[in-house]
Amino acid sequence: MARIEFNNACVDFPIYNANSRSLKNRLLNVATGGQLNTDAQGRVLVRALEGLTFTLNDGDRVGIVGHNGAGKSTLLRLLSGVYFPSAGSVRIEGEVGSLIDISLGIDHEATGRENIYIRGSLLGMSKKTISAQLEEIIEFSELGDFVDMPVRTYSTGMHLRLAFAVSTIVQPEILLMDEWLSVGDEGFKLKAKLRMNDLVRKTNILIIASHSKEQILQTCNRAIWLEHGKIVMDDDAAKVATAYFGD
Amino acid sequence: MAAAKRHALVGLLGWMDIRQRYRRSALGPFWLTISMSVMIGAIGLVFSTVFHTPIRDFLPFIAIGIILWTYVSNVIIEGCNGFITADNIIKQLPIPMFVHILRLIWRNILMLGHNIVIFPIILIAVGKPMGLISLLSIPGFILATINLTWVTLILAVICARFRDMPQIVASLIQVTFYLTPIIWKPETVSAHAGIYLLDLNPVYHLIEIMRAPLLGQPPTLMNWLVSAALAIFGSLFALYFYGHYRRRIAYWL
Repeated sequence: MARIEFNNACVDFPIYNANSRSLKNRLLNVATGGQLNTDAQGRVLVRALEGLTFTLNDGDRVGIVGHNGAGKSTLLRLLSGVYFPSAGSVRIEGEVGSLIDISLGIDHEATGRENIYIRGSLLGMSKKTISAQLEEIIEFSELGDFVDMPVRTYSTGMHLRLAFAVSTIVQPEILLMDEWLSVGDEGFKLKAKLRMNDLVRKTNILIIASHSKEQILQTCNRAIWLEHGKIVMDDDAAKVATAYFGD
Repeated sequence: MAAAKRHALVGLLGWMDIRQRYRRSALGPFWLTISMSVMIGAIGLVFSTVFHTPIRDFLPFIAIGIILWTYVSNVIIEGCNGFITADNIIKQLPIPMFVHILRLIWRNILMLGHNIVIFPIILIAVGKPMGLISLLSIPGFILATINLTWVTLILAVICARFRDMPQIVASLIQVTFYLTPIIWKPETVSAHAGIYLLDLNPVYHLIEIMRAPLLGQPPTLMNWLVSAALAIFGSLFALYFYGHYRRRIAYWL
């Protein structure tokens, strides 16, 4: 069971320029009577998301569309629990897994094997679980003996294969993605696609931000169109895709 | 606290930080140990001459003082950047943020483990025995580390918001080094100055509960009481403070 409930959720970014970010100026401002302040708290707010209200349930495959700066990434961060809404409420039931930056935490000086443990632990796997899946990850990534070499000696493709193989081992109830993951050469791509399809099939709720119409139509049954931090349209994937991408 | 469940992650990340220092270097963090031994030797020689104290007493004192001080000051200085340096993880994964604090403390405990080896070597060199009383330094170390943890947590939050705080803290740490009896002995100050430099100096109490047992003396009751009171009230305050600002930290980074 997984469920996501947004009720009028907003995200405001405080913008600290060099002035208000330094304590010295904060103190000087107090001394000069705070005339330089733009508001009571002396900060400028940028509203990234405004009044988002929606509910997602089991089986929802949601595509998020919108132009650059529409708030897609901020919404994904809100969903992953990295950001808390500055107003309104967000309720998330279920374990969230993120495939947004699969290379996060990879240490270039460490070996592939060590990186499997680092990346796995960051994703919340226990050492035992990782050890149990270690062989499978190594085999899937096709690294062979390179797994005991430092990652800095890897080609870009090998690097991505490793990151992909570890990151897709987890099976979260809620899966977040920023664009469909696709790595490697032709042979690996096919394997990766099968793994991804499998992962998406097993997850309760999928949320994917994408710029590809085909991808949205293929994977999603619902889509949310964001513009300037607000929901323009929240409907069936085909309808939203037609409205957003045109025919 | 959710962070406690992620102790394996803390252990792994802290350990990897140390491993990174070993890479392509046979001695790794022991290089720091070596440079510290040289410094201890030099300061020990100079100051035992200046203060006319026998080197047999002074060298162990200064060695353990500098080793423990390095631990305390590194935790605090690195603590200022505790959240700032982990920003890429904080902005991507909802890992309890206290994990990043525990990671840097664990890393510094491991570093302390490297540096502490100097101490028994010096004791052997000057021919001083180490009694059972030195075991008292273990609870002392735990109590001091609890104090460092809450201080670090608060500093990490403040420094994420105000980016010139790390520099302020670094200079305060420098001053504290001279105000605290590390390269000078507590007995050398007059009773009047001792009130300010010793009794009212929390760092002195924290150093003393770790250092005194290793030098063969029990810490005073006051040392223990001040350290314990700081740990309790400080932790409570830090919990409140962190709970209040926790949700804002990701926005500041």
